Amino acid sequence: MKPQHVLPLAIFLTIAVAFGVAFYLNLDPKATPFAIEGKPVPVFALPPAVEGGEGLSTADLQGKVAIVNFHASWCAPCRAEHPILMQLEKRTGVPVYGIAWKDKPADLRAWLAADGNPFSRAGFDGNGRVGIDWGISGVPETFIVDRSGKVVWRFQGALNEPIVAKSLIPVLQGLK
Amino acid sequence: MIVELGHFALILALVAALVQGTVPLIGAQRGYAALIAVARPAAFLQLALVALSFAALTWAYVVSDFSVANVALNSHTDKPMLYKISGVWGNHEGSILLWILILALFGAGVAAFGRNLPAAFRARVLAIQALIAVGFLAFSLFTSNPFARLDPAPLNGNGLNPLLQDPGLAFHPPMLYLGYVGFSIAFSFAIAALIEGRVDPAWARWVRPWTLAAWSFLTAGIALGSWWAYYELGWGGWWFWDPVENASFMPWLAGTALLHSAIVVEKRDTLKSWTILLAILTFSLSLLGTFLVRSGVLTSVHSFASDPARGVFILGFLILVVGGSLALYAVRAPSMKPTGMFSPVSRETSLILNNLVLAVAAFVILFGTLYPLLAKEAGYQVSVAAPFFNIVFPALMALLIPFMGLGPLLAWKRGNLRESLRRLRPALVLAVIAGLAVAFATKGPFWASIGVAYGVWITMSVLTELAGRIGLFRSPGQALRRAAGLPRGAWGMTIAHLGIAVMIFGIAVSSAWQREEITVIEPGDSVRVGGYRFVLDAVGPVRGPNYAAIRGTFSVYKDDRFVVRLYPETRRFADPPQETTEAAIDPLFTGDLYAVIGHAQSDGRWGVRLYHKPLVSWIWAGALIMVLGGLVSLSDRRLRVGAPRAAKVPAGVPAE
Repeated sequence: MKPQHVLPLAIFLTIAVAFGVAFYLNLDPKATPFAIEGKPVPVFALPPAVEGGEGLSTADLQGKVAIVNFHASWCAPCRAEHPILMQLEKRTGVPVYGIAWKDKPADLRAWLAADGNPFSRAGFDGNGRVGIDWGISGVPETFIVDRSGKVVWRFQGALNEPIVAKSLIPVLQGLK
Repeated sequence: MIVELGHFALILALVAALVQGTVPLIGAQRGYAALIAVARPAAFLQLALVALSFAALTWAYVVSDFSVANVALNSHTDKPMLYKISGVWGNHEGSILLWILILALFGAGVAAFGRNLPAAFRARVLAIQALIAVGFLAFSLFTSNPFARLDPAPLNGNGLNPLLQDPGLAFHPPMLYLGYVGFSIAFSFAIAALIEGRVDPAWARWVRPWTLAAWSFLTAGIALGSWWAYYELGWGGWWFWDPVENASFMPWLAGTALLHSAIVVEKRDTLKSWTILLAILTFSLSLLGTFLVRSGVLTSVHSFASDPARGVFILGFLILVVGGSLALYAVRAPSMKPTGMFSPVSRETSLILNNLVLAVAAFVILFGTLYPLLAKEAGYQVSVAAPFFNIVFPALMALLIPFMGLGPLLAWKRGNLRESLRRLRPALVLAVIAGLAVAFATKGPFWASIGVAYGVWITMSVLTELAGRIGLFRSPGQALRRAAGLPRGAWGMTIAHLGIAVMIFGIAVSSAWQREEITVIEPGDSVRVGGYRFVLDAVGPVRGPNYAAIRGTFSVYKDDRFVVRLYPETRRFADPPQETTEAAIDPLFTGDLYAVIGHAQSDGRWGVRLYHKPLVSWIWAGALIMVLGGLVSLSDRRLRVGAPRAAKVPAGVPAE
């Protein structure tokens, strides 16, 4: 055996062990509580995402139940979930807030103008710092914040009908 | 009844695979001809059983048998027949069954066409192929049974995600799988060669057609997927560095490297252990692609299911297959001594550079795809997204492309750099002129000029090489006859490399000079986009077989001359309730006109997205030309007739 022939196996085993440990500790990455769940929302204050709109800050998430959605105009799944967001406020009776993540103001404005703006308040997180504080791993992600300003539910990926009907709405009903 | 037959056939297929995966191996090791002979009929039986099982599931879809859970979850009576059938593989369980079917198909292909292989070697290849099948059959039967029944059966099904109801996507997974699974043959050949401790030019000749076929299918599959994203997602992008796209792109890069390094083994009997390693890595990345998509680790528009049991199974299987084969490699690779020597300036060296860059590119994408997953498990949040790949990947390709032009002109063993560069001078001059012309004549970004210069460089150097081969300037009279006499393999390379050039033109020009207008207008308004005028004539409702849609009618003019009428739609499906955007695209040779109709505003106006994308269809045309190159190369007489036997029968192989 020569070192150069063992190297591929060594590299592979290192990766495999790393993943094996990660999975052993955490069998279903989607189902486990995330660091932020059950904790108060991070402290932040963001400027409005669209001109003439209202921005979003920690204070806006106190004292009422709210849905917070991270999105970006460059993200395909965000466009896929957009029709569902458009009806979400009317359907749930809960305010739907948006945070535009790592987006360009012009792109975002154009997109919301063309496809509609589902958010009653929306903040602009241009450098993605607030997204990191919330612990998102990409867009889209959707959170439910309860009256005390704590994150109680989180979904990664594009919202779809089964998730809204079977998970999001029951959680909201539990909070009422 | 038919469904139970399908399930039963799948169980029998597992038993057949267990026999095929063990008996011939023992036979080949001990030299028992009777046991070796089991491999071929077992491979055919395996195909027959899996095909029966697949047919049973397809039948359940065709007749909408909603007592089958898989059908109820993914189909609907209103669905057009094409999507009832494509629904078979538009879900987790069915797509695994398709994977198994294609695996059995390739195994039976080796059994049928591998007559020129030594019987013991063929038996080993088929046995390895069957062992892979054992893993997937067990995965299907124990964690993802497509034949599970529902009681009571629902009146109608859930329907297929409307985004997936599309002709492009109906054929995307089978193409992709033909590519992924096709590399299993190269893998089985590599493992069999490691067991026998012998790799020679004949081996490379045997693997070549299978690798070429898999590569062609994978290229077509990736192109189809990208084309689908382009017209169906409705925002005009065609590649997103989405983890699921990366999952199919990594085996493509490794497979492309394998295709090139196998040539070195075939012609020069060197680079052997590296080629074996590439064969293992290519299939491992194909398996990883399945793991990433199927385990639900990724959050993506593409993936269907999430189930920890499945994730653990695939992870275990992956470790067994990849770890096992790499361990075998560690033990056996040192016995593969290269015989061909070569100088630093030679075609061998340029192919090694090709391999190096492609392997690094695959590794960078692997890192970019896995690192965020691993970091997430460890509690960190990292995002490696399109901006990272968009810088690193073109930079790597920029290293590769100069050698793409130079390599084919260098001789094997010892090339003459000065002479080759002299022949390439016209190509180099033209490329520089083209780049400078683009830079000064337009206000495009610098990388667009580099892209155009590279496209010209590849085109001209490929043509220079071709002209040299057929003696176009030495004896023009006989050039045509020589061109007809060139081996198909040489033509395949020429065509595939030209395909790359066409694709680079498409990518560079469409990314640099795309024009986009996102605005809100009412019928009668017009919008200017990149020299074209889009007029919204009307907006009205239309009905489809299982959806209702809003359709916009645009007339497009250039300089007041009518060009085309476009009909973009927004479709609303009932089961499951979802909206899809059907962009209207007029693919012109010079560029695409692309229109999307959005939502109605409260004042009766409509959101629209309009694009002009110059040369964008060249991207897929380039991919198509590459596939054509693969197919032409596949038709090479030398591959059809079969490889000549190795000069001497190597030791350690039992006589037939």
